Amino acid sequence: MPEAALSLENITCTFASNDGSGKSYTAVKEASISIAPGEFVSVVGPTGCGKSTLLNVGAGLLAPSSGKVRVFGQELKGVNARAGYMFQGEALMPWRDALSNVVAGLEFAGTPAAQANEQGREWMRRVGLGGFENRYPHQMSGGMRKRAMLAQTLIRDPDIILMDEPFSALDIQTRQLMENEVLDLWMAKRKAVLFITHDLDEAIAMSDRVVVLSAGPATHPIGEFNIDLPRPRDVAEVRNNSRFVELHQAIWGVLREEVLKGYAQQKRA
Amino acid sequence: MSNSQKTNLTLRFWQVLLLVVVLVAWHLASADNNFAFFFGQPVEVAKVIWTWFVTNADIYRHLGITLAETVLAFVIGTVAGLAFGLWLGLSRGASALLDPYITAANSMPRVILAPIFGMWFGLGIWSKVALAVTLVFFIVFFNVYQGVREVPSTLLDNARMLGANRKQLLRHVYIPSATSWVFSSLHTSVGLAFVGAVVGEYLGSASGVGYLILQAEGTLDVNTVFAGIVVLTIFALLLDGLVSLVEDRLLSWKPKAGETEKI
Repeated sequence: MPEAALSLENITCTFASNDGSGKSYTAVKEASISIAPGEFVSVVGPTGCGKSTLLNVGAGLLAPSSGKVRVFGQELKGVNARAGYMFQGEALMPWRDALSNVVAGLEFAGTPAAQANEQGREWMRRVGLGGFENRYPHQMSGGMRKRAMLAQTLIRDPDIILMDEPFSALDIQTRQLMENEVLDLWMAKRKAVLFITHDLDEAIAMSDRVVVLSAGPATHPIGEFNIDLPRPRDVAEVRNNSRFVELHQAIWGVLREEVLKGYAQQKRA
Repeated sequence: MSNSQKTNLTLRFWQVLLLVVVLVAWHLASADNNFAFFFGQPVEVAKVIWTWFVTNADIYRHLGITLAETVLAFVIGTVAGLAFGLWLGLSRGASALLDPYITAANSMPRVILAPIFGMWFGLGIWSKVALAVTLVFFIVFFNVYQGVREVPSTLLDNARMLGANRKQLLRHVYIPSATSWVFSSLHTSVGLAFVGAVVGEYLGSASGVGYLILQAEGTLDVNTVFAGIVVLTIFALLLDGLVSLVEDRLLSWKPKAGETEKI
């Protein structure tokens, strides 16, 4: 087996509770996921199950209580420099216009401004934001901000792309457009993607492999499904494919129980 | 003419009318000698102002000094508040250590320091600058401190994932975020710098508009006192308008009222 682009090995994350009771909360327990170079892997699970925790561990923003993270075979220390991370919330710097936000990563790396700006314009055109270079984040719609965030992440040409429910705040039409655009960009570059979502349709339509997580606490993967749908795909059309429906049924069979468990726990809390 | 412009104009008309009514009432009441002794006469007040600005033209020096004190206090207080706020906002240890002292210093009635500053810095402008700095500093300091503490964590994480090191985080995330908080307190801090300067002059000085008022009070010259108050008020309004202009220029990235935003 070729070396994994990103592998999480037996990751456990235990958080001290901050209500002073001395209790701790184990969000993730003994979780292992590995992503091959060029592979698109989605992680689905009930809400609040620790999906983002796992992603933050992979990004190096959060050190696991135990377990190892390897990036192309190297053990990860500190922030994962080979990864780009597209956050769920608003991550654009509100005091910078769209173009300066997009080129921020290049600027931090010391790329000369002229070259960075040229690349930035190119990327803004690629994500459909040509002509909006001077807009500030508050002057853009939710979808435009997501596009800018996508360009901001991809301009650094990361080998691993981490995405945390990036389109969950968008309406369904914008969302499908963005999903197709991400797939096109991915098909061109074939980077390793770890995509977190709570939407099973989205996961199946986009991925090579879907990993199902158990309900929290002590989340761990409980099922893996290879998605053998032909590429290139259109996220809207692929949903009518009979194989898609089969896969959806199979995965939902595993996920359903966990979703109910997670729901019951949230109701109790 | 649109409807809103019309209501706006009507409003202006009533506002001016109110001022005129008050002035006329004041004028009529001041025909009484007793009233005039305590409350002055609007015509005399206007005469004093006219003398200051036109006949003798001797107020410009005093205004200049008050303005210089205000600007110096504003600049020094803002820079110090910004630096301190950034430092304490970023260093948990230092902020934990200094926290009670900062609270104490902020709750102390700082006007009391004026005589001490007079002793330290003499009766020139620097004792007034020092007093005004103590007022400005805390406003800016608390705003910056808050601003640094409340930088959204997604913004920080994103910058780190984009490869920002500590210095770049400070320069590209913390400082812009803190500066926006400084600007949001700009009106208050410029106003307080002005108050500090005038109060300082009033408590002991040889020049400045506060000094003019102090002298007039010494001779029970109520008209000059009122003239001084009017000049100070107009001046404060002008300063505030200037701040609004600067703010519009520098904070173009901020959503205006009526525009929706989402951060």
